[in-house]
Amino acid sequence: MIRDALLPLLRAPECAARLTLREWDDVIRQARNANLSARIAADLEGRGLLDAVPPGPRQHLVAARAVGARQRIASLAEIERVRRALDECGIRLVLLKGAAYLAADLPASRGRVFGDIDLLVPKDALPNTESTLLRHGWISSHLNAYDQRYYRQWMHELPPLRHINRGSSLDVHHNILPLTARHPPDPTLLLDQAIPAAATPGVWVLAPADMVLHSACHLFHEGELDNGLRDLVDLDGLLRHFACEADFWRMLEYRAVALKLQRPLRYALRMCSVMLATPIPAETLTFGGAWPSDARERLLEQLYLRGLRPNDPTAGDAWTPLARQLLYLRGHWLRMPPHLLTAHLARKAWRNWSGHTDDDETPAPDAIKPERQL
Amino acid sequence: MTATLRVTDLNEADLSARLTCDGLWLTSGPLTLHIRSREPVVRQALQTLYADHTLAQSDFADFHVQVGRVAGLRAWVRPQVQFHLDGRTPFKPLPHAQSFAMLEWGINWCIATYCHQFLVIHAAVVERNGLAAILPAPPGSGKSTLTAALIQRGWRLCSDELTLLDPADGRVVALARPVNLKNSSIDIIQQFEASASFGPECPDTHKGRVAHLQPPRDSVARMHERATPRWIIFPRWEAGAALDMKPLPRAEGFIQLAENAFNYSMLGETGFRTLIDTVDRSDCLSMRYSRLDDAIAAFDRLADEARQ
Repeated sequence: MIRDALLPLLRAPECAARLTLREWDDVIRQARNANLSARIAADLEGRGLLDAVPPGPRQHLVAARAVGARQRIASLAEIERVRRALDECGIRLVLLKGAAYLAADLPASRGRVFGDIDLLVPKDALPNTESTLLRHGWISSHLNAYDQRYYRQWMHELPPLRHINRGSSLDVHHNILPLTARHPPDPTLLLDQAIPAAATPGVWVLAPADMVLHSACHLFHEGELDNGLRDLVDLDGLLRHFACEADFWRMLEYRAVALKLQRPLRYALRMCSVMLATPIPAETLTFGGAWPSDARERLLEQLYLRGLRPNDPTAGDAWTPLARQLLYLRGHWLRMPPHLLTAHLARKAWRNWSGHTDDDETPAPDAIKPERQL
Repeated sequence: MTATLRVTDLNEADLSARLTCDGLWLTSGPLTLHIRSREPVVRQALQTLYADHTLAQSDFADFHVQVGRVAGLRAWVRPQVQFHLDGRTPFKPLPHAQSFAMLEWGINWCIATYCHQFLVIHAAVVERNGLAAILPAPPGSGKSTLTAALIQRGWRLCSDELTLLDPADGRVVALARPVNLKNSSIDIIQQFEASASFGPECPDTHKGRVAHLQPPRDSVARMHERATPRWIIFPRWEAGAALDMKPLPRAEGFIQLAENAFNYSMLGETGFRTLIDTVDRSDCLSMRYSRLDDAIAAFDRLADEARQ
């Protein structure tokens, strides 16, 4: 049985005052699983409600707040390093997702914990960008030949880069969807409309409507939804924030058509409104027609209602594992045409089965060692 | 209100039923742990090592943990177990004989990964007269052996692996969990104190032979008492060496403590202030020893001097 503890608190943080200790137990574990603890802490602190939380759960929120605060400082410093590096070769730093919300000081960045810095560069600037970043210590983390080819030939980004000393991760994109996707948008449209980030001089972010569309396109093409709810919370935060900008909703529809991202936008609006009660004008909510337009949308809604909940046993039911598996397959299906997909999945399955996995980062259980602190 | 139950008050069937069904709710210092496992070795170990721990009477657990068999073909050939936190499995599986060790390592990982309300240091910590001695040391330095010996001779065990410092008051928060001993340390402590009670030994982990030592009853009973940092001691066992205790420059103590912390840089200014306060109120010492009795006598002298 699905126990919704986190969603009500995300919709209305005021209800924290009424939660029982039993309910807090679900909130803390679901938030930890969904990577949203720091966000809950920020929501409650902003409303002066953090001190009223019972001591047990409050400790976890205090801890998460520290993680959020640290991440904010570290990420801003890292963004500045990337900006300076790219500045040397005259490439403009256009940030995407978490790093962009932070650089633009949007409410969506409050308590948002993220690992990678995502940036978008024109495709013809890729070689220059990669070599410049390499000179500054960011090296390719997937060194296996198959992975290199997989990224370079089919994907919309370089293989992830990792800084050789600081361990920070960079995802350098030249588009927002894989080259093998059915309808990849034209990235120059996004770059042309990019705007300076309000809070970080010299750094650029996507225009409001494009930012929402990228977030929607990312979430609803993604097969692995470990951070699914966090990404939906991003969308909710962006929509609530930009709602007060003149012409935002009309622009959102207009850009969705121009970028061929109508479907992800429909899903984003629907799931935000159903799961997080995001205030969306009635006419925007019916963008592309009344929901659901067909059996596919009806099914997808049921899948996403499970796939986007926290990946915690308390927030799932008997259908959740199947829903997640189907969404995983859908993510891959959208990513590449059938013949490539078959070859790719077969290869992944062989790797897992034979134990020759590259992403072998699962540690042995006693491997708790302090990382370099100084 | 009913009297507080301890693990030792449960009979084997009751403990087993709890572990396999609703789970065992335990108090370890500031934490409530909710533990589930069907592995008999986990039950046996909990029965011995956590005998004096009280059952938590709360609806809230800090960590819901489970050690369970990995399904599939492997379950029949060489069974393995997996550590679960809230349904996630952060580690590679281990042979099922190591179930309890995996539970302990898993709980350490939970604390080091999530408990940023504390400054968490990879160090043992023991207490006497309200004052704490923090022993940060790399593996192999004999830190756990020394800790195990000290707590047989009147020092209170706060923690063997993880020192928790509360930034609010700068004091040590105790966990009173079992002491993890490896290889010859197990025999040394068994010879040192015949009454020392150990859990089941597991023969060949990647760390070698591992066994856990039960914390003294008094340490468990006083797990909610905080201690004020007074000494930071870097022990080093060396065969045949005479006892040699030397003051260490504070700056060096600070750096070494910071390097052994899990979340010093994560806590930013709070971490810095907490660590500075800790070093300010402590004597930093390095200690070389070969005989446990000499080391304990040296610790006792420190405690006596501090009292005067």
